[in-house]
Amino acid sequence: MSAGRTFKRGGVHPPGEKHRTAAVAVEDAPLPERLVVPVSQHIGAPARPVVKKGDRVLAGQVLAEAVGFVSVPVHAPTSGTVRRVDVAPHPMGTPQPAIEIEADGDDAWAEPLEPIPAPEAADPSVLRRRIQEAGIVGLGGATFPTHVKLSPPPEATIDAVILNGVECEPYLTADHRLMLEAAGEILAGLQIVLHLFGLERGWVGIEENKPDAIAEMGRRAGDGGWAEVVPLEIKYPQGAEKQLIQAVLGREVPSGALPMAVGAVVQNVATAAAIHAAVVRGRPLVERVVTVTGPGVREPKNLRFRVGTPVRHLVDRCGGLTGDVAKVVLGGPMMGLAQHTLDVPAIKGTSGVLCLTRDRVRTAPAGPCLRCGRCVDACPMGLEPTGIAAAIGADLVEEADRYHALDCIECGSCAYVCPAFIPLVQSIRYAKGRVLSWRRKRGR
Amino acid sequence: MIEAVLIVGGLGLVSALGLGLASLKFRVEVDPRVEALEGVLPGANCGACGYAGCSALAKALAEGAAEPTACTPGGAEVAGAIAGILGVEAGTTVRRIAVVHCRGGRGVALDKGVYVGVPDCRAAALVGGGPKLCSAGCLGLGTCERACPFGAIHLDGAGLPRVAPDRCTGCGACVDACPKRIIDLEPDGCRVHVRCRSTDRGKAVKAVCSEGCIGCGRCAKACPVDAIAMDRGLARIDPDACVSCGRCAAVCPTANIDDLVAGRCKALIDEPACIGCGKCARVCPVDAIAGERKAPHRVDADRCVGCGRCAPVCPAGAIRDGDPIPTSVETAA
Repeated sequence: MSAGRTFKRGGVHPPGEKHRTAAVAVEDAPLPERLVVPVSQHIGAPARPVVKKGDRVLAGQVLAEAVGFVSVPVHAPTSGTVRRVDVAPHPMGTPQPAIEIEADGDDAWAEPLEPIPAPEAADPSVLRRRIQEAGIVGLGGATFPTHVKLSPPPEATIDAVILNGVECEPYLTADHRLMLEAAGEILAGLQIVLHLFGLERGWVGIEENKPDAIAEMGRRAGDGGWAEVVPLEIKYPQGAEKQLIQAVLGREVPSGALPMAVGAVVQNVATAAAIHAAVVRGRPLVERVVTVTGPGVREPKNLRFRVGTPVRHLVDRCGGLTGDVAKVVLGGPMMGLAQHTLDVPAIKGTSGVLCLTRDRVRTAPAGPCLRCGRCVDACPMGLEPTGIAAAIGADLVEEADRYHALDCIECGSCAYVCPAFIPLVQSIRYAKGRVLSWRRKRGR
Repeated sequence: MIEAVLIVGGLGLVSALGLGLASLKFRVEVDPRVEALEGVLPGANCGACGYAGCSALAKALAEGAAEPTACTPGGAEVAGAIAGILGVEAGTTVRRIAVVHCRGGRGVALDKGVYVGVPDCRAAALVGGGPKLCSAGCLGLGTCERACPFGAIHLDGAGLPRVAPDRCTGCGACVDACPKRIIDLEPDGCRVHVRCRSTDRGKAVKAVCSEGCIGCGRCAKACPVDAIAMDRGLARIDPDACVSCGRCAAVCPTANIDDLVAGRCKALIDEPACIGCGKCARVCPVDAIAGERKAPHRVDADRCVGCGRCAPVCPAGAIRDGDPIPTSVETAA
């Protein structure tokens, strides 16, 4: 029995599969010849391009500017020439506007944003503006603009900041390696976030399958007690914001509410490191670490890549695909997005490139619901996935709303345990869209 | 015994009196026209009018909130009956039917991969835009078929929806159900359709579909009445201007344009019967008819596209079918 804390309800235990890359140090991926930088790499309004075909750009230069508050700019990942400003393949599946850059190989940098060497003395509003200017988004995979999350409305009281080092998705080890190799930067980022809220003390949640990361982060945090490293029991989806808050603080975010309702703000460890780089060194977000792994790739690795690098380039760096690859997923196996081409660019939200062989891919058709209730037991949000799926299958939108479809976090636990292989998450995602438009129509 | 009769009888009397008074005091005024209107509406409750069902529309009609032509499935016949009940003019309705703007069925348009998921187009569209490589391609999971309240849409062998024109009422349920927005309601008179909605460049279209519109513009050049406009890489036919001559379909290099006219003939004027009124010359969209006033007119067979507009307007019945015009399929073969 584990001593670690965890969330109360549901959860599943998929095989970790992290052994392939957990001990492989992060390596810099070489610069590709061409990079495709989508203007939409975040949730919110896509950035507006400010360069045109033929322009020469330097690394770190703004390629597209933020449009409104819930939006961030996109920066040039390296120096070179703009070859195209047009739609291009995107990890989300449908082609989207992007800026294609032919790298010149010099990797010459533009003047950085002005460094703020002593963030603890800086005004919070200056820091928030900097975080937006640097194009920082949640690097856990959801890519929500970080400055928005760090700007709660005045009536909300934030008393807890949690860094998310859980990395509960099987196969992925990018955050794990970052915690081992850049613990200082992550903790410096935590300090900046604490300063934004005028807090003294924060938490770092890490699952017990990463004892070395728990030790390293604890050692770097020191004995001051300002950053408490919390070992967590291994359980998926512990890295989901609401589950992590419950595991660490024992607080439950009410239905339909945001974490700030219980006074908590959660940031991924990689996001914290990016905040530190943006504030102290003036570096915009143009690179991140990705785990290229799975039985379908020859040499699994953790790679630090420039945003816009084609996935094919990353896979080639790892010795290429094996012959029997059947599916390539960006992200983890539970929540990642399957791709139909390796020509998509890896972007800010790309935490994993998972190459699965035929024996790991299920293509069996779905059977009828057995009413076994396993999905209900597995749901970390306390929902009834089969009920939502049945309701929307019969076009009963109001019924799906009564089942609280909108509370679903799309973690995939229900579909993972379903013995009839029913694509429950897809049904619920569809139901969420229908419920939202139905509510809009009713004017609520 | 007598007491019981008096008590029960008395109770009955009092209740009857109460009920009688209540029915006078709380009487609900029912517009007799609502019932009559419900009687003439089709009763399919398809929702095409924008109301919750046929009774809701009947109520709205009686209140004057809806036009007599609001029921599209009912067409002119129902509109006339409604106008009769309401004592107003019916106005005109143009019969519209659903047209599917995609011919990328199985074996024509390529897939991204194997789709294993909810068998519904709207749910499939959430997974990276759906399983077709073409971003404007029909997903072929039959959501329109299930949405049609009149059984007018069925998937064919290639997984493409086929509309049965005689059953389609133009209610638009399929238009709303399609997540790719490739179904439109078009006037029944227009029998030639571009079966593609991809605005991608020709090269990109060819890479994913062998029968998509590649935006070459040949159809627009061939159109005798300028009814085709090029919108980025896509030809769009203006159904109000189109004369359904089928010349566009004949020149389309990817055979994307559907020509539903079974056979057309050049117009031929029976000269002795022609009274020289010139009505046919005025309706001809390609200026193929000429002649002196009060003298027999002639059809220039090279120009005539066989649209058939002249014959119905001839007061003397002097225009008949001349030489048949080969259809696009025959031209291709």
